[in-house]
Amino acid sequence: MSDAAILNLVLWLPVAGMALVSALPEERPDRVRWATFWVMALQFVLTVWLYVRFDAADPSLQFATRLPWIPDWGVAYLIGLDGFNVLLVLLTAFLGPLVVAGSFTAITKDVKLFHAMLFLIQFAMLGTFVAQDLFLFYLFWELMLVPMFLIIGIWGGERRIYATLKFVLYTAFGSILMLAAMIYLVWTLKNTTGVDSFAFADLYGVKLPVDAQTWLFAAFALSFAIKVPIVPLHTWLPDAHVEAPTAGSAILAGVLLKMGTYGFMKLGFPLFPEAAKLFTPLVMSLAVISIVYGACLALVQTDIKKIIAYSSISHLGYVMLGLASLDLIGIQGAVIQMVSHGLTAAGLFMMIGMIYERCHSRDLAAYGGLAKILPLYSVFFLLLTLGAIGLPTTSGFTGEFLSLLGAFRAAWGAYEAGVAWPLWLVGLAVTGVVLGALYMLWFAQRFLYGKLKAPHLPITDLSTREVAVLAAIVVAMFALGLFPDEPLSKTELAARQFQQLVETGGSAFASVR
Amino acid sequence: MDKTQLLIALALALFSLGLVGVIVRRNLLVMLMCMELMLNGVNLSLVTFAQEAGATVGAVLVFLIFVVATAEIAIAIPIVLLLVRRRHTLDADAYADLKG
Amino acid sequence: MGTLTLIALLPLAGFLLNGLLATRLSGHPFGKRFVTVVGCGLPILAFLLAIRALVDLGAGGYVPLQEVVFTWATIGREPFEIAFHFDRLTAVMVLIVTGVGSLIHVYSTGYMHDDESYARYFAYLNLFLFFMLLLVLGRSLLVLFVGWEGVGLASYLLIGFWFEDPEKAAAGKKAFIVNRIGDAGFLLGMFLLYTVVGTLDMDRINAAFLATPAPAVSATLVGILLFIGATGKSAQIPLYVWLPDAMAGPTPVSALIHAATMVTAGVYMCARLWGIFANAAGASELIAWIGVLTAFVAATIALVQTDIKKVLAYSTVSQLGFMFVAIGVGAYGVAVFHLYTHAFFKACLFLGAGSVIHALSGEQDIRKMGGLRGRIPVTFWTFAIATAAIAGLPPLSGFFSKDEILWFAFASDQGGSAGVFALAALTALMTAFYMFRLLWLVFFGASRLDAHAAAHVHESPLSMTGVLAILAVLSAIGGFLSIPHFLEPMLPLPGIQPSRAGAHVPIVVMSVLLGLAGLAGAAWFFAGKGERAEAVKVRFAGLHRVLSGKYFVDELYDLVINRPLLWVSENVFLRLSDRALIDGTLNGLAALAQRTSGAMGRLQTGHLHLYVLLALIGILAVLFWGWRHV
Repeated sequence: MSDAAILNLVLWLPVAGMALVSALPEERPDRVRWATFWVMALQFVLTVWLYVRFDAADPSLQFATRLPWIPDWGVAYLIGLDGFNVLLVLLTAFLGPLVVAGSFTAITKDVKLFHAMLFLIQFAMLGTFVAQDLFLFYLFWELMLVPMFLIIGIWGGERRIYATLKFVLYTAFGSILMLAAMIYLVWTLKNTTGVDSFAFADLYGVKLPVDAQTWLFAAFALSFAIKVPIVPLHTWLPDAHVEAPTAGSAILAGVLLKMGTYGFMKLGFPLFPEAAKLFTPLVMSLAVISIVYGACLALVQTDIKKIIAYSSISHLGYVMLGLASLDLIGIQGAVIQMVSHGLTAAGLFMMIGMIYERCHSRDLAAYGGLAKILPLYSVFFLLLTLGAIGLPTTSGFTGEFLSLLGAFRAAWGAYEAGVAWPLWLVGLAVTGVVLGALYMLWFAQRFLYGKLKAPHLPITDLSTREVAVLAAIVVAMFALGLFPDEPLSKTELAARQFQQLVETGGSAFASVR
Repeated sequence: MDKTQLLIALALALFSLGLVGVIVRRNLLVMLMCMELMLNGVNLSLVTFAQEAGATVGAVLVFLIFVVATAEIAIAIPIVLLLVRRRHTLDADAYADLKG
Repeated sequence: MGTLTLIALLPLAGFLLNGLLATRLSGHPFGKRFVTVVGCGLPILAFLLAIRALVDLGAGGYVPLQEVVFTWATIGREPFEIAFHFDRLTAVMVLIVTGVGSLIHVYSTGYMHDDESYARYFAYLNLFLFFMLLLVLGRSLLVLFVGWEGVGLASYLLIGFWFEDPEKAAAGKKAFIVNRIGDAGFLLGMFLLYTVVGTLDMDRINAAFLATPAPAVSATLVGILLFIGATGKSAQIPLYVWLPDAMAGPTPVSALIHAATMVTAGVYMCARLWGIFANAAGASELIAWIGVLTAFVAATIALVQTDIKKVLAYSTVSQLGFMFVAIGVGAYGVAVFHLYTHAFFKACLFLGAGSVIHALSGEQDIRKMGGLRGRIPVTFWTFAIATAAIAGLPPLSGFFSKDEILWFAFASDQGGSAGVFALAALTALMTAFYMFRLLWLVFFGASRLDAHAAAHVHESPLSMTGVLAILAVLSAIGGFLSIPHFLEPMLPLPGIQPSRAGAHVPIVVMSVLLGLAGLAGAAWFFAGKGERAEAVKVRFAGLHRVLSGKYFVDELYDLVINRPLLWVSENVFLRLSDRALIDGTLNGLAALAQRTSGAMGRLQTGHLHLYVLLALIGILAVLFWGWRHV
């Protein structure tokens, strides 16, 4: 079977999975859970195969498939892997089975529907990452909202309806503007070159005047900025994360947020280079604000899920900082930080889910001294905390260090050209590492140390299944922290092409035709 | 004013009376009667123009319209009666169930 | 596998073995012995390998040994490599870390013998050793930084070792956070170095700054940023506040981490990157002044502390200040010399304090001690020797290193000043005084023990007293090995200001006199029942309160940093910005949409007449428009 076929299989396997679980009887939920798990695990194995086979030295789109879909409009089913999405696809496929395994005991009603929705989300997320046609991309982007709406709305917490409506409407609002911009872009392509196409490679070559670019960039950026999220468009995140069930939060934090940054990487900046360069100072400033603001808010939360939710805002600030620096080290650092945050945030949300299943409380004040009775749990919690605060040897350090270094280099360049404020901005961003340690360690201290208290004592330590899930995440976190060279090499060419596109506005991609 | 103009004016008058009746009157049966008036006004104008143009088609069409109107009334009156059997009133304002 | 890699990996193996297997084995009678053998044996092995590395180094003419382990990342022109580097300075550091470290591991087998988390303790201790070795063996600042943060982690775990006590857990967290503040500055310095020099390899950075033309960045700026990191790790003003709190951890931890090794990392880093500081007069002056001020302030606080460990903690801060004075005046080798002697006598003092605490069943308040001289003789004699060493009495090690510092503080042509010298000399006097005060109150005079402690006073086991004896001997004779001379080929000593060249002998004599004055003063004030000291305390009650309160610096930080940060985060960011402004806008828009549609919904009255009327109006409007436009 060719690698391109395997990629298609990876993408469509969740749809087959959906069909499978729909056919299973509702009275045997265990079968549904295990079936979902094994299908997702198979998907992961196939993805690993593709990852290993990915050639870091080949700049063109790999494992590509192109099938004409709506030829009159130039829409094609065009998918493939490049340096930017290969790691994200791997992350998605990795977290899929883990999230399912983590929810074995958490979801007890409408089990079939829940797992069908997990499959649908997996399909939508993978589709967004591998799509190389703008129409297809938009389709998957919007598709992702449906299962998330249901997951939060049906299996969520008390304020789930408010949270899910806020999430969907907010995201959809941004998407509509993006749709308008998309259509204008394709129409311009048609007018200037006579080519009907929605393919990324063709759209990169469209030359627009700067003011048109600015509006289009703003439309795209709004949609992505809501997703990342960038302050001040972030308020949907805490509500969505808190009210979602564990699996929902883990997937939301682990992968969905990366769709926003991926959108910037793949579309926002390269499609509108001149406008992007005008906007990068603003984006970097907002990124630093996100880092500091998110951390400060995490400091004063009393709901344990909200702490991690606000920490996500802070961590993704580093990603945007590295990306907007347009520096090679910064861009690659941003990609690593995306994966790293996916691992640590998903892990921490799952750990919170585990304690919630035992004690049914999200109030930090109700907990204390858990390290005494839950030694295994505390070890994993501490390890994931260290990953979140970027201790060297964890992936968090790799991501934050490289992103900040890239941002610093960009700021230094500005300083040598006579502009000093970017250096101060980066200085502020570095204080983020202190704030990060502050809120996470304070959280850990109130949660794990001191006098023992928890609702519904006595409670049991982690089960084998839970240990397996967390161990997988922790191992991945350390692997990425200690040996980032291999993943980085796979992203290098894509990062260079990104730089070329944003600097020159030309088409540096070999179009798959 | 010649004969044609007079007849058209009459047709317009009938139509307007019917229209105003539909808008103003609240009694369902009266509304139906006014709709018939409107219809007959249109019929009259049809005949007038047909005669002027010398086409017999217009006159034949009028007979068609009579038949269709009769059929329509044959359906409409029973519907009204059924409604009235429920609400015990012929007042159109009582039937506001499709309120938004 | 190269020797250097092995030296670093052995303690890591100890951490993994003890951490993973020991909980399994803890029920087993064999378990504790396994932990002891692995936990102590591997560091001792590392020490032996370090000696072997030193021999190799010498045999090769002191050309630095280098081992590349693997490439961490290849971005840009320069790959980031994980590589080890062994030269004269590394040799001194590695031998101290593994040597004193192993001794403290052995001591811990006695001290922590009855603790239920014995295995976890040794796992963490080995982890610390691993990261410390990464720190000193690393060739690039990246590896150093991994070790730097790693020892911070180990310190966090060990200070908060008895985590069920919330205060102890809080002390661990404080240490980590305050260190991180320093690390922020350190990171900026690293970024600057990488951006301008193009590499993080320390030997190449040094070469770049010593070459002409120098790199296009202010060495002072880089120096200050790196020094901020050093103030965090090495407890200088303004980031020293974590160290006294860190005494919450087990005493061997205080000896290892907060006396002999981790806190010296800042000194090591500055010495290693001397090429930058030698060209950064502004930064060096700042370092010298902060060093001496820290030394002075910490010494004044130590004068009135009543917890045996707190006295030693502030003494450590003070001695670290001395090391930075040496750095600040360009005498890098001398700073390392003091680091080396300090490791011996401070470890001996801390472990001796541990022995005292152990003997008194947990008492740490020196007001409840006294007269222990005859009852725990080994502890007493080792403690006394170490005290004399720190006071600078010849021919003990402390005399040699402290004297060199005072001399260069005065006469160095790279920043030696009378002001720094005067404060340093005054601090030396206070050091002698408060250390002998400690010795007197603990071991001399009448016994002030409470009944239970008095009945159970016992000398510590051989695992503890043996180590004390070794460290005492090293404190005594260690000074004869002239470290500055050994390091001079790579860390040149500064020149001497010609006008001050003649002051060397007078300064030596003066430093001896200061030490003796401290001894005499302590004896006079605290002899008998210490009535004279009491009288002074009463007369200077206000000053005493300020000093006891550590100048209320912690309270100041809380007022100026902690509370505003929390207040702003809660009220401005959360309540005002997030909830009222942003969410308010969003919910307001949603409410607006709802109200608008509610209003428009009122058109649907359900009344047929209205619909017909509206339809009629619409038709008329269309007809009208058509009439107008066609």
